[in-house]
Amino acid sequence: MSEANMNVVIGGEAGQGLATVGQLLAKAVTRAGYHMLVNQDYMSRIRGGHNFFSIRFGSTSVDSHTEDIDILVALTAETVELHADELTDNGIIIAGDDIDTGDHKALKIPFKELAPKQLFYNVVALGVLGASVCVDPSILEKLLKERFEKKGEDIVKSNLEVLHKSYEWAKSQEVDFTCLELPESQGKTKLMMHGNEAIAMGALAAGCNFVSFYPMTPSTSVATTMITKGRHLGMKYEQVEDEIAAMNIAIGASFAGAKAMVTTSGGGFALMTEGISLAGVSETPVVTIVVQRPGPATGLATRTEQADLNLVLYAGHGEFPRAIFAPGTVEECFYLTHRAFDLAEQYQTPMFVLSDQYLADSYRDVEMFDIDTLPEVAEPMLETDADPYLRYELTEDGVSPRLIPGFSNQLVRADSHEHAENSSMTEDPDNRVRQNSKRLVKGCGIWQDVIGPDYYGEDNPDVLLMCWGSSVGACLEAADTYEGKKVSVLHFKQVYPLREEQFMDYLESAGEVVAVEGNATGQFAKLVAQETGFRVGSYVLRFDGRPLSPQYVLKGLKSII
Amino acid sequence: MVSIEQYGEFDTSWCPGCGNFPLLKGMKEALVDLGLQPHEILVSSGIGQAAKTPHYMKCNMFNGLHGRSLPVAQGMKMANPEMPVICESGDGCSYGEGGNHFLAAIRRNMDITLLVHNNQIYGLTKGQGSPTTTRGQVTKTQPDGVPSEAFNPVAVAISMKASFVARAFTGETDHLASMIKAGMEHKGFALIDIMQPCVSFNKVNTFGWYKEHSYILEDHDPSDWIAAMKLADEFPDKIPLGVLYTNDKEPYPTSEVLAKKRYDKEELKKVLQSYA
Repeated sequence: MSEANMNVVIGGEAGQGLATVGQLLAKAVTRAGYHMLVNQDYMSRIRGGHNFFSIRFGSTSVDSHTEDIDILVALTAETVELHADELTDNGIIIAGDDIDTGDHKALKIPFKELAPKQLFYNVVALGVLGASVCVDPSILEKLLKERFEKKGEDIVKSNLEVLHKSYEWAKSQEVDFTCLELPESQGKTKLMMHGNEAIAMGALAAGCNFVSFYPMTPSTSVATTMITKGRHLGMKYEQVEDEIAAMNIAIGASFAGAKAMVTTSGGGFALMTEGISLAGVSETPVVTIVVQRPGPATGLATRTEQADLNLVLYAGHGEFPRAIFAPGTVEECFYLTHRAFDLAEQYQTPMFVLSDQYLADSYRDVEMFDIDTLPEVAEPMLETDADPYLRYELTEDGVSPRLIPGFSNQLVRADSHEHAENSSMTEDPDNRVRQNSKRLVKGCGIWQDVIGPDYYGEDNPDVLLMCWGSSVGACLEAADTYEGKKVSVLHFKQVYPLREEQFMDYLESAGEVVAVEGNATGQFAKLVAQETGFRVGSYVLRFDGRPLSPQYVLKGLKSII
Repeated sequence: MVSIEQYGEFDTSWCPGCGNFPLLKGMKEALVDLGLQPHEILVSSGIGQAAKTPHYMKCNMFNGLHGRSLPVAQGMKMANPEMPVICESGDGCSYGEGGNHFLAAIRRNMDITLLVHNNQIYGLTKGQGSPTTTRGQVTKTQPDGVPSEAFNPVAVAISMKASFVARAFTGETDHLASMIKAGMEHKGFALIDIMQPCVSFNKVNTFGWYKEHSYILEDHDPSDWIAAMKLADEFPDKIPLGVLYTNDKEPYPTSEVLAKKRYDKEELKKVLQSYA
C-alpha cells in the first residue's frame, strides 16, 4: 500500500452489481474529499464473464490506475484466482464467506447474516468497504438516501439498516485497515465524473443543442449523458439509422443553425468519413467525438486502444483543414470539447475530440467547472448587410462570414461540388484553386491557435516520455517512480495540427525520447516525424486492449534503457 | 404576392427535352401558389441530374452527397421546424444509395416533402440501371439485362403507412404542381414519386411510354390503405397519378428554432451540480 493512496478492486460477473457498488464507493471517497480515479474493465456481455471496477484514491492527486491491489473485493472465486497475485504485501481480500480465499489475508463477509435477502448484498458490500477504507458512515447514508428516495421511505430505511449493520460488523473485525489522511484543501465543490460525461458537459457548456448518433460502445454514454442532462435544457437529439445519417443529419442541422455534434467509435466513424468531407467542402461546422476501442473491425468492443489517430487524421476524401484534440484527463475532456465547438464555428470545418474507453469510463474527482469564465463560443450570423450575400466569399484568412438561412431575405446556398463564391457549381480551374486554397488557408488560423503540449519534469532529462491523450497518467507516475535516471513527460492534448516550435526543444534536449502509445505502430510518433523530421529513439506500445499503466510503462522502459 | 420570376431563370446542364424542366416549372408554380418566397424555404438535394435542381432556382440550398439528401433535410427540419423543407433527388439517390435513409424518414414522419425525380435510370453517370429500372432491361452495365426486380417506392411507402404518398408525371405539369403543393401542405413526411423520361439514357420508359401507361386518379379514397396498395401494384402496367395514400398520424415532434436557442447558465450549473 502506498502511503498516499489506496487501490480497491471489485471483481465479479456482469450483472452482479459491481459497478453499482464501485460507483457508490467512488462517490463516497470523492465526497469525503479524496482524489480518486476509476478504471473499469468489462467484457462485451450483459451477464457472466469477469469484470472489474478499480477505485484508486488518496490524499494527493491520482493520475493513473495501478496494477497493485490493496483491497480486492471478490464477488466470485474467479476474481481471487485472477487478481490475488496483484495484492500488495499488506493487501487483503474481502469476499463472501462461501468463497475460498486460500492463504491470503481475508475478511469473509457473512452475507446471509447481514442482509435479509440477496437484493441487499450490494449494500452489505458498500457498508463493509466503507468501514474498511474509513469513510464516514454519514456519507454512505446520504448516498443511499439519494439513491433510494424515489422508491419510498421503507426501502430507504431497510437499506440503511443493512448498511449500519454491515459497517459495524466490519469495524468489529480484527483487521488492521489503514485510514488515509484527507487532502488539505477542501474548499471547492468536487464532482465525480467520467470522461464521456465531461465531454457531454463541455458540449452543453459550449451551447451544443443538437446531437445525432448510432449507439456504439464505448462512445454511447456521451450521447446518453447529453440526452439525460440536456433535453430539459432544450437540446435536440436523434438516434439515427446509421452513422452516415448521423453525420449528414448533424450537417443539415448545423447549416440551419444548430450547434451540432456526433458521437461514435472507430467503426461508426469509418462510416462517417464521407460526411466529414462534405462538412469540409461545404464549410459546415460539426464536432465529432470519437471514443476509441481496439480494431480492426469489431475488435475488442469494450476495451481500450489509441489506434484510430490515423483514421481521424486522414478521414474524408480531398483536402481540408481540421484539428484533433486528445484529452488526457476528465477536465481536459470538458475544456477541449468546449474549445472544439468554438473552433468548428470560427473556421467552419470539422473538429474532432479523440478519447478512448479507458478515459471514457474513468470516473475521477474534478473541481466544479467555472462556466462563467469560459471563453465565448463563436457564433454564425443570423442577418447580414451584404447584398448579395456570398456564402463562399474569398477572404484573407479564408473564413467567409457564415449566415444561417431563414432569418433574413438573403439566400444561403451551400454546395458539395466545387463552387464559386456565390455557391454555383463551376469547373473553372482558377476558381478551383482559389476556393480550395481558401479552405486550406483556414488551416493557418487553426495552426495559430494550437494548444502546445504540457511538459512535466526537469529540463534536459535522460529520458523523455512522449505521449498523447489518456496515456499521460501512466507516464507521469512511471516518470515519478523511475529510479536512477531523470525521466520527464511531454503530453500532447492537441495532436493535430502540430507547431514544432512549441516542443522541438524538449525533444532535442532529452537524452532519449520514448514514444508511449496505446497502439502497435506508434502512430503519433510517426506523425511527429512526418511533421518535424524528428524520430523517437524507442517505443513503449500497448495493444492488448488494456490501458497503459505505470507498471507497464516502467517494464517497457527497463527493457529499453 | 409572390411571382414565379422571383425564383429566377438559370442556364442548366440538362439535355433538351429532359423531364427535369417541367418538374422545375411545377415546383416553382407550387411554391408561388403556396405564397412562399425563395428565402422562406430550405431545399436539400443529393447528387445526380435531379439533385442539381436547387442550383437552377433561387432558394436556400444545401446540395450535399449522393444518397444523403434526406438526412440533411431532416437535420434542417430539426434545427428549424418553422421553415418548409423540400428534399429533392433522383431514384438512385433516394432509393439506392439512400435506401436506408428513405425507410427511416418514413418512420420519423418529419414534416418535409421528398420529390423523387424517377426516370428509372442513372442519367448523370450515363445510363446504368437504377433501383427502379425494370428487370431484364438492357443497360451499359447490365448487358444481359438488369438481374434484380425493380424497387416499387410507392408500394414500400404505403406498406409502411407513410403519411402521404403521391405519384406524378412530368407530362402532366399542372397535376404535378398540385401534387407538390398538396405534399407541402401535408403535415408530415410526403413522398412524391415523379415519373419522368430520361431522353438520353432510357429508351424504354420514354415520354410516350409514360403517357400511354399513366392516368390521373379519380374517385380514389386515399385513406383506403388496401385500395392504395392495389394501385401501387398496378405499376408498370398502369401508372395511377395522384395521392395514392395519406393518413393523419402525428408528425415527428417539433421544438424551438435552434439557431436562437441558448441555455440558461444557472440551469447549466444545476446540471453540473448533479455530479457533486
